[in-house]
Amino acid sequence: MALSTGTGSSSDSAIAGLDNLELGQYGVTSRPARIARKGWSATWPKLLAVGIVLAAWQLFYAINFRGDTASGLVKGPVTSLGNLATQLGHAQLWQAIEDTGRTALAGYVLAMVIGTAVGAVVSRIPPLRAAVGSIISGLQTMPSIAWFPFAIILFGTNVSAILFVMVLGAAPSIANGLITGVDYTPPLLLRAGRTMGLRGIALYRYLILPASLPAYLAGLKQGWAFAWRSLLAGELLVLIVGHVSLGVLLNTAQDNQDLSGAISVMIVILVFGIIVDMIFSKIDLTVRRRRGLLDSAATS
Amino acid sequence: MSVLQRRAASPALGAPHGHADHDTAITLTDVSKVYGKGSTAVLAVDRLSLTVATGQFVCLIGASGCGKSTLLSMVAGLDSPTSGQVDTGGQRVAIMFQEPALFPWLTARKNVELAMRAMNVPKAERARRAAELLDTVHLSEFADKRPHELSGGMRQRVALARALAHDADVLLMDEPFGALDAMTRDLLHDELERIWLERSLTVLFVTHNVREAARLGDRVVLLSSRPGRVIEEYEVPRTGPRRIDSVQVAELASKVTDRLREEMSRHGA
Repeated sequence: MALSTGTGSSSDSAIAGLDNLELGQYGVTSRPARIARKGWSATWPKLLAVGIVLAAWQLFYAINFRGDTASGLVKGPVTSLGNLATQLGHAQLWQAIEDTGRTALAGYVLAMVIGTAVGAVVSRIPPLRAAVGSIISGLQTMPSIAWFPFAIILFGTNVSAILFVMVLGAAPSIANGLITGVDYTPPLLLRAGRTMGLRGIALYRYLILPASLPAYLAGLKQGWAFAWRSLLAGELLVLIVGHVSLGVLLNTAQDNQDLSGAISVMIVILVFGIIVDMIFSKIDLTVRRRRGLLDSAATS
Repeated sequence: MSVLQRRAASPALGAPHGHADHDTAITLTDVSKVYGKGSTAVLAVDRLSLTVATGQFVCLIGASGCGKSTLLSMVAGLDSPTSGQVDTGGQRVAIMFQEPALFPWLTARKNVELAMRAMNVPKAERARRAAELLDTVHLSEFADKRPHELSGGMRQRVALARALAHDADVLLMDEPFGALDAMTRDLLHDELERIWLERSLTVLFVTHNVREAARLGDRVVLLSSRPGRVIEEYEVPRTGPRRIDSVQVAELASKVTDRLREEMSRHGA
């Protein structure tokens, strides 16, 4: 059909050409080479960090601060890492990791459910927002360790007390993340959504929630940091009969004046925290890259 | 097939809208819009009347403060007039903005599909029509790209495909190409014209680019500023292919520009 505008096919190919020009990629490297370079650039800072720590440790050991080396209290990195290797061969450390991991998961999931529920309700009801918003900020400024006496009196020395403090530490951040995300849904997208006919629950499901995801994830990540700190503090303070957690191992090491034992557990705690952090960073990065919120030059 | 023939045939295409007059797509009668209250109230649109025939391409042009966007919002039903009537005869109305306003977490395809999901179109049908619409705007190849991976012109075409997904009879466009470079804009004019003809759409197109209005419209309606009301109308006979640099377009554009300057200097005095 010959249209009266008479610009049909020539403009089609012009459009296709312009599209290709605008999306043109320059300096394309092969995929394996890119992955290798990316892997290396992600690895070397970590290796360097470990190297610096080990060097400082060895130096501290070598200068024989206060003569502790002679008393046998301070051990060098070689001895201590040997201790860690031995402990990793025993079931007890693994049991402690499992115990702490289980509490971490339970507390975090609980905080996530409560934080998300509170965030969802508060973001929907404006009058609640001001009041609950202040409570949330208040809770966040309160160091979670200060809650432990309260929790122990309320729940006794058991896991519930630890979970309680974890939730108090983590849930506000998670709720806050969700509320921020909902508040900052771009008005332009809301307008587009409304003209599209998205209303009520559909508006939430297809627009507001996905739009809030980056802020919600930031809240989840911050919440995890609080939960993890609360958990370790709890395990040190709330000694539960029959439980072997990482906190209990740390306590035992302290009681036995076992410095390399304490360091071994600290390394385990550190690695545990780093792994979880990496998982969060990975999710966060994936979401942001998908939305074009990252500078592609900075991440390629 | 000529435009005139198509126009003559269009009342039949306008089908079951339950509207008394099938020749009229949009009727604005004495529409006024006041923002705010008391001493700070601003009269954005003042007793404006305008009729747009079915299948017509009408460009609204005016300087800042002529209430162009307010007018479109009212026709789209996003806003209601303070007084007067807006009648679209129950037709489906879609709107497109200067910003593509695509959802950044969805691919081009999913963005188009979401518009249909809101209208409860079945899944298979959504997929089929989204593919067809993306083909219409020449983006089939880029269906699985996310908005940030596309250029500005491509994003605006996805937004156009999304607006078309509503299967609307009336397409409202609020400076849709305002943020694009001249070369891309030129090509999109051709595209829009083609789609308008293929789909027998009624288009109400707001712009402050005089040449764009002269290039695209069957009618160019000039609005005054603060408050907005119609001060002049230009009929543009469609005698043959038009381009932004056609003599006909240039002549009309300079006529409209003169009148527009006159109107602006009224506010400078």
